[in-house]
Amino acid sequence: MATADAAHHDEHHAHPTGILRWITTTNHKDIGTLYLLFSLTMFMVGGLMALVIRAELFQPGLQVVDPHFFNQMTTMHALVMIFGAVMPGFVGFANWMLPMMIGAPDMALPRLNNWSFWILPFAFTMLLSSLLTAGGGPASGWTLYAPLSIQGGMSVDMTIFAIHMMGVSSILGAINVIVTIFNMRAPGMTLLKMPLFVWTWLITAFLLIAVMPVLAGVVTMLLTDRHFDTAFFNPAGGGDPVMFQHIFWFFGHPEVYILILPAFGIISEIIPTFSRKPLFGYTTMVLATAGIAFLSFIVWAHHMFTVGMPLAGELFFMYSTMLIAVPTGVKVFNWVSTMWRGSLTFETPMLFAIAVVFLFTIGGFSGLMLAITPADFQYHDTYFVVAHFHYVLFSGSIMAMMGGAYYWLPKWTGHMYDEKLGKTHFWLNTIFFNITFFPQHFLGLAGMPRRIPDYALQFTEFNVISSIGAFGLGLSQLLFVYVVIKCVRGGEKASDEVWEQPRGLEWTVPSPAPYHTFETPPRVA
Amino acid sequence: MTAATQQPPANRRLIFRLVLAVFAMFGFGFALVPLYDVFCDITGLNGKTGVTDSRTVEATPIDKDRWVTVEFTGNAASGLPWEFRPTVAKMEVQPGALTRATYIARNTSNRTVVGRAIPSVTPGEAAAHFKKTECFCFTEQYLDAGETKEMTVQFVVEPDIPRSVNTITLSYAFFNTEKFVKQKKITAKQQDTKLEKTHPGKKS
Ligand code: HEM
Ligand SMILES: [Cu+2]
Repeated sequence: MATADAAHHDEHHAHPTGILRWITTTNHKDIGTLYLLFSLTMFMVGGLMALVIRAELFQPGLQVVDPHFFNQMTTMHALVMIFGAVMPGFVGFANWMLPMMIGAPDMALPRLNNWSFWILPFAFTMLLSSLLTAGGGPASGWTLYAPLSIQGGMSVDMTIFAIHMMGVSSILGAINVIVTIFNMRAPGMTLLKMPLFVWTWLITAFLLIAVMPVLAGVVTMLLTDRHFDTAFFNPAGGGDPVMFQHIFWFFGHPEVYILILPAFGIISEIIPTFSRKPLFGYTTMVLATAGIAFLSFIVWAHHMFTVGMPLAGELFFMYSTMLIAVPTGVKVFNWVSTMWRGSLTFETPMLFAIAVVFLFTIGGFSGLMLAITPADFQYHDTYFVVAHFHYVLFSGSIMAMMGGAYYWLPKWTGHMYDEKLGKTHFWLNTIFFNITFFPQHFLGLAGMPRRIPDYALQFTEFNVISSIGAFGLGLSQLLFVYVVIKCVRGGEKASDEVWEQPRGLEWTVPSPAPYHTFETPPRVA
Repeated sequence: MTAATQQPPANRRLIFRLVLAVFAMFGFGFALVPLYDVFCDITGLNGKTGVTDSRTVEATPIDKDRWVTVEFTGNAASGLPWEFRPTVAKMEVQPGALTRATYIARNTSNRTVVGRAIPSVTPGEAAAHFKKTECFCFTEQYLDAGETKEMTVQFVVEPDIPRSVNTITLSYAFFNTEKFVKQKKITAKQQDTKLEKTHPGKKS
């Protein structure tokens, strides 16, 4: 029915082929593919930068790069991974899956969709080419704290413009997601029947609309402070550098939830399928997501406990931060309960999902430790923070995306991926991840500062272990790329359902999903 | 935008609202700047000190039973070619008593430089009770090449300062403010040229 229509439809439209197809496409699946490939590319670029950092930290002393370049690498690695790998990656999943999950023929604003994507290559060309300017790329850390960023060279201006472009791209993407979800659902697809991935993306889109403009505003202030003699952050003219931190983190904390909520959505799809049970506590999951999003606006100063806030402020931000752990705990509880007494099987997507639940929880606990104000005075700006955010971001967001990729690859390509290689990738990835980042907890507790290219001798052993892990982790991603390419090229034919009685409309269309799906909306019971 | 006008009305309404929200949040980012200042003023956070006048100080009784140590520090920020230091490192003062302290500044460069001192008081809870009647930080300070100047601050520690505070540190960071006063100078210069134009004969 729908598929016959789609095939019919295809014959009548002459699609441009070759590169023009990709430049002019307004098809959500094409754009989803573009986003995912872009994300993968940035993941590799950012990964190479991380390896420069780990090569330098392999031994105490200065060996591989000079300190200024090291600072550029820590700054760029973070910017590329956050804005280039994680955010576009999730938008790619949204493009591919949202219309198919709610029974819509496409995203609501297809042309805007094309724009949102094609801004990104320009933004990142600008950002990356700032490395080639005189004085090198931005070196102030991804947080661009004033006054250091006010003193930087022209690369800071390029970074600011790149951030503006990325911001426009994500805002357009978010508008598209919200309009699609509100206005394009198939008949019968009430809000509380939507798959959790749709819910988490809806809430993420609202977060994006709320805070990306604030980021744009604060970097604009930086720009005018740098060139137009304003003094937002310059005390000489009546400004205050601490205010930069407040405005930045007002964006920054909701941003970290932008980076994790869609990941929660993905594993909420995977776990029920391989547990052969519906998701435990669907409504509480939705409420917990909304609760996390709401709370994320009132905890920002936990990133700046050490700037000299009054006691009342420290206490408020400490308790509000700890409060976030409650809805987060609800989610972990629900995932575990979904698996409880399920008939579990452990295909690659499920392995990733379970690892995410387990490792993200470790990251949540280290977050709770950091939320304890007096303890944070000790841990702030040490490797403990680095360990924390890699447990939530790598083994949370990135690994959830990998799991999602294995989960939906058969639907996207029509072929099963190589299960054996997939599992091998999972184990290499997960073991090397822990070898890389677990020792960083110890380094941080012992006082090793972050963003410094040299360290005291007593930190050597753990740094050696961490660097070895990092190179293993980097190499094991090549296997991932290989598995994906192999799966696109061919492999065992995937059935329409792919897995054993999975829930969700995306499994009712053929594999590979035809170019147009749900041109006549399905009826949802 | 043609794409937007082709949209069904429900979409158009929603897009309009969302775009509005985006602009509102962009504005909110900027609104945080005055909000931040107001918040700091009201709460006395951020080490910002207050101002009072000598009449109010005379009217408040001096707490003869209590001594508080006031420490002085100061530094010239990079970009300001001055030496800057307090004359004495610390003083014992009685809450309510008007006290005078001085700093010494010397311009080590060979040109006139203008600077502005930004004060900060720690601990934060003391800041609201540390008030000045007079301070070199109230205005820009000009130092000619090589000039040395003594700079005065007159302050009072209010008697209602919490008992737990025994030591207060007053710190100044002196910044080069040429780029912020440039604007005023240029207008002054423009007026000069105007005068020249109206009285062309005087100059020759
Ligand atoms: C239970 C939930 C969480 C708590 C209680 C928590 C708490 C904290 C605290 C207190 C800090 C500041 C540490 C410092 O700089 O001294 C921090 C840093 C950070 N957190 Fe979390 N966090 C949580 C979840 C997350 C999640 C889900 C993400 C992202 C997916 C995340 C990403 C980050 C990042 C990137 C930083 C470092 C930012 C920087 O300084 O560059 N956190 N977290
Ligand atoms: Cu945070």
